[in-house]
Amino acid sequence: MHDLHVVDLSRLQFALTALYHYLFVPLTLGLSFLLAAMETVYVTTGKPIYKKIVQFWGKLFLINFALGVATGLTMEFEFGTNWSFYSSFVGDIFGAPLAIEGLMAFFMESTFVGLMAFGWDRLKPGQHLAVTYLVALGSNLSALWILIANSFMQAPGGAHFNPATMRMELTSLSDLIFSHDAQAKFVHTSIAGYVTAAVFVAGVSAWYLLKNRHTDLARRSFRMAVLFGALATVGVITLGDALGFVGAQAQPTKLAAMEGLWKTEPAPMPFNLVAFPSQQEQANHGAIQVPYVLSLLVTHSLTGSVPGVDQLEQQAATRIRDGIPAVTALQTLSAKPNDADALAQFDAHEKDLGYGFLLQRYAPDVATATDAQVAEAARDAIPQVAPVFWSFRVMVVLGLAMLAYFVLAVIYTMRNRVERKRWFLRLAVWMIPVPFLANEAGWLVAELGRQPWTVYGVLPTWMSASTHSVGYMVFSLVGFVTLYTVFIAVEMYLMVRTIRRGPDEGHGATSPDDSRQAALPAGYAEG
Amino acid sequence: MEMYAALQGIWWLLLGVLLIGLATMVGMDMGVGTILRYVGRNDAERRVALNIIGPHWDGNQVWFILGGGAVFAAFPLIYATAFSGFYVVMLLLLWSMILRPLGFEYRSKLPSTSWRNAWDWALFVSGLVPMVVFGAAFGNLFHGVPFHFSWNLTSTYTGSFLGLLNPFAILCGLLSAALSVYMGAVTVMNGATDAIYERARMLARIGAVLAIVLFAVGGFWVHGMDGYVRVAGPDAGVPQTPLQQHVALTSGAWLANFHTHPLLWAVPALGFAGMLLGLLAAGARRSHLAWWLGALAWVGVIGTAGAALFPFLLPSSSDPAQSLTVWNASSSQHTLLWMTGFAAVFVPLVLWYTSWAFYVMRGKVHAADVVADEHAY
Repeated sequence: MHDLHVVDLSRLQFALTALYHYLFVPLTLGLSFLLAAMETVYVTTGKPIYKKIVQFWGKLFLINFALGVATGLTMEFEFGTNWSFYSSFVGDIFGAPLAIEGLMAFFMESTFVGLMAFGWDRLKPGQHLAVTYLVALGSNLSALWILIANSFMQAPGGAHFNPATMRMELTSLSDLIFSHDAQAKFVHTSIAGYVTAAVFVAGVSAWYLLKNRHTDLARRSFRMAVLFGALATVGVITLGDALGFVGAQAQPTKLAAMEGLWKTEPAPMPFNLVAFPSQQEQANHGAIQVPYVLSLLVTHSLTGSVPGVDQLEQQAATRIRDGIPAVTALQTLSAKPNDADALAQFDAHEKDLGYGFLLQRYAPDVATATDAQVAEAARDAIPQVAPVFWSFRVMVVLGLAMLAYFVLAVIYTMRNRVERKRWFLRLAVWMIPVPFLANEAGWLVAELGRQPWTVYGVLPTWMSASTHSVGYMVFSLVGFVTLYTVFIAVEMYLMVRTIRRGPDEGHGATSPDDSRQAALPAGYAEG
Repeated sequence: MEMYAALQGIWWLLLGVLLIGLATMVGMDMGVGTILRYVGRNDAERRVALNIIGPHWDGNQVWFILGGGAVFAAFPLIYATAFSGFYVVMLLLLWSMILRPLGFEYRSKLPSTSWRNAWDWALFVSGLVPMVVFGAAFGNLFHGVPFHFSWNLTSTYTGSFLGLLNPFAILCGLLSAALSVYMGAVTVMNGATDAIYERARMLARIGAVLAIVLFAVGGFWVHGMDGYVRVAGPDAGVPQTPLQQHVALTSGAWLANFHTHPLLWAVPALGFAGMLLGLLAAGARRSHLAWWLGALAWVGVIGTAGAALFPFLLPSSSDPAQSLTVWNASSSQHTLLWMTGFAAVFVPLVLWYTSWAFYVMRGKVHAADVVADEHAY
């Protein structure tokens, strides 16, 4: 039996390490493509200023990239170390995209990032450009495979449970790869990375323009970033809507939580613009509603209706009761793999096995579960509404704010007025954290909304964790928080320092008190 | 089920290839980290050593990531059981590993001496600790690991952290670290000149001698050890769980495969040959040859462990019947088939562009160049 404190601590640790990792990934995704675009301009026009531009943003790219790689290692390990039952239960499906990601994407990105940084004098301009594109392609392919894996957790398809091996097994790789959730999520997430990079480059450039430093580099970078960012922001919002549309079908409980929808109502349904959901009372306080909009948003029609928490809880209770014979049959099959009666019973109830597991948390012997325990498990099938509801609104509001910002930026840039609008340049600097917050909010919507499942409808979170002691979990949590706090301080310091010093400074001077330095030609020391 | 058994065998071999790739490629970078403060007596010299592997450590590290991913995909029960069972060790491994990217990328960004010294020590720790853990993990496989499964295959580990640091495991950890120092040292020889080159040459020879001694001692040790034998259970290629077999413990059983197939003695012989000839090649200043002989030594060492343990992957000391083998811990036929297809296309492609990257960056690294080049570490 799992210690539920260990499950909660495992969740906290995963959330912290994933949210932290996710501070660095979107910038890598977007900045790699922006670097490729800038270098394309360099190679086609041959103007040295563009080489300087690529090399400057490349330095910041690498500082960010190092932490992305470091914290990505944690993510790969964590499934095995902290989610051991999850790993063995769905590893046949989930492991494949992770391995393919390494083989197809991460190898490419990491091998060529070395050549991108060190190969300026060794490669012809066209070759170096190709290398830069391969880095961008590699990082985006990485995101594709990771999101394919994640989408199996959101909308499991292409797999079945095999009683002979007591785990989920892959039946169709193409169903896994071409799942609607995976495709919609990949484009939404990767383009959110492009927006992140655009806001970052525009913000840093605006700071230079305010300080009247490196203006040639800043002006050109700003222009490219806002064009890239405006297009990408439109894309993110459109595709976010598409993702909502797909997700509504796959995960009705997540949708109900996102919308604070406690009661099922007839169409056309109103949209809760603002509300204060109470899980206890299963109702919203102080809701401000807009009529018709929810039906329009979610079903793209005025006649579509969406189930609320009340109806979803009833459905869960039905499936939980149907899951009981699935679990008991499986217990028999574990000892006697060829028991024909148990196999027949299992086949008849397989689709609700996950709901049987959900009940096991409250009734370890599911065969003797009481109605009260079934009701408790059914209530558990609904995620915590308030955090999902609010994360979703934070993400959307920040997205719309970035759209407004980029529309203005494009207008001012087209009219060549940006440098006279000091307030707008200051705004651009203040915008830098916004996409990072929006990305984190998006992650919270996707992953908190999936609860109480690690694999939606298939495997509950409570039984996915490893069977550790609380002491081990506290030890690892303290370790991660300490290390990561130091890392972020170091990274921010180096980022800010590199930006302050600007594009004219090399980063790798030898330390001033080095005895060998006297023997080297003058001018190498950093000031 | 012939096909399934064949795929399981292929993935057992591919796992070996990945572990050898990991040990060779990541091992050499980690070796450079371990010896950094010795081969480089001042900052400029250390930067030479770092820049020799500078363009490649990131790509090399993917062997490690891919190793983890491949175990997850091809042998999920191993991934789940070993990673959670070795929890504290895995965290130490991970925490030391995540210092590496920062060590490389951030070390030379500030001129401060204390800053650079701190990162040098971080690179030392992140070079030595993972290689010791890597070897010690193999050592523990020979003793068996205390874990068992519940009816639904929830694994529980009942050992302690210190139990993983038994003498045989430490011996294997030191062997792994010695080979890594050897590989790091010949890699530095490939790219360095003068005093750095000479210090690296000395370390390469020390590493090789240590590795030869430790590998020989390990062989005698295994000879008298209790090994695991699968006495009954479902056949290879039959979908199964680890709840359905019988396993016995017999003294010297880890050498049974060598007695049945005497040709297998060629594998440890290859290991010794690689190390001995590597020792001579490093002495004769043939550092490129010494590098390839080091890779060959890894093939021999990891191949020897694999051949001895087969078909076991993770023996259980607390319930030997629940030991994990190639047959009961692998993925389904469908997954293995797809993964084989991807590996057939992408492994050659990766090897091709990795070679190209090494070709582009070939040649010696000089202190003056490193200091003048603003892209250098």
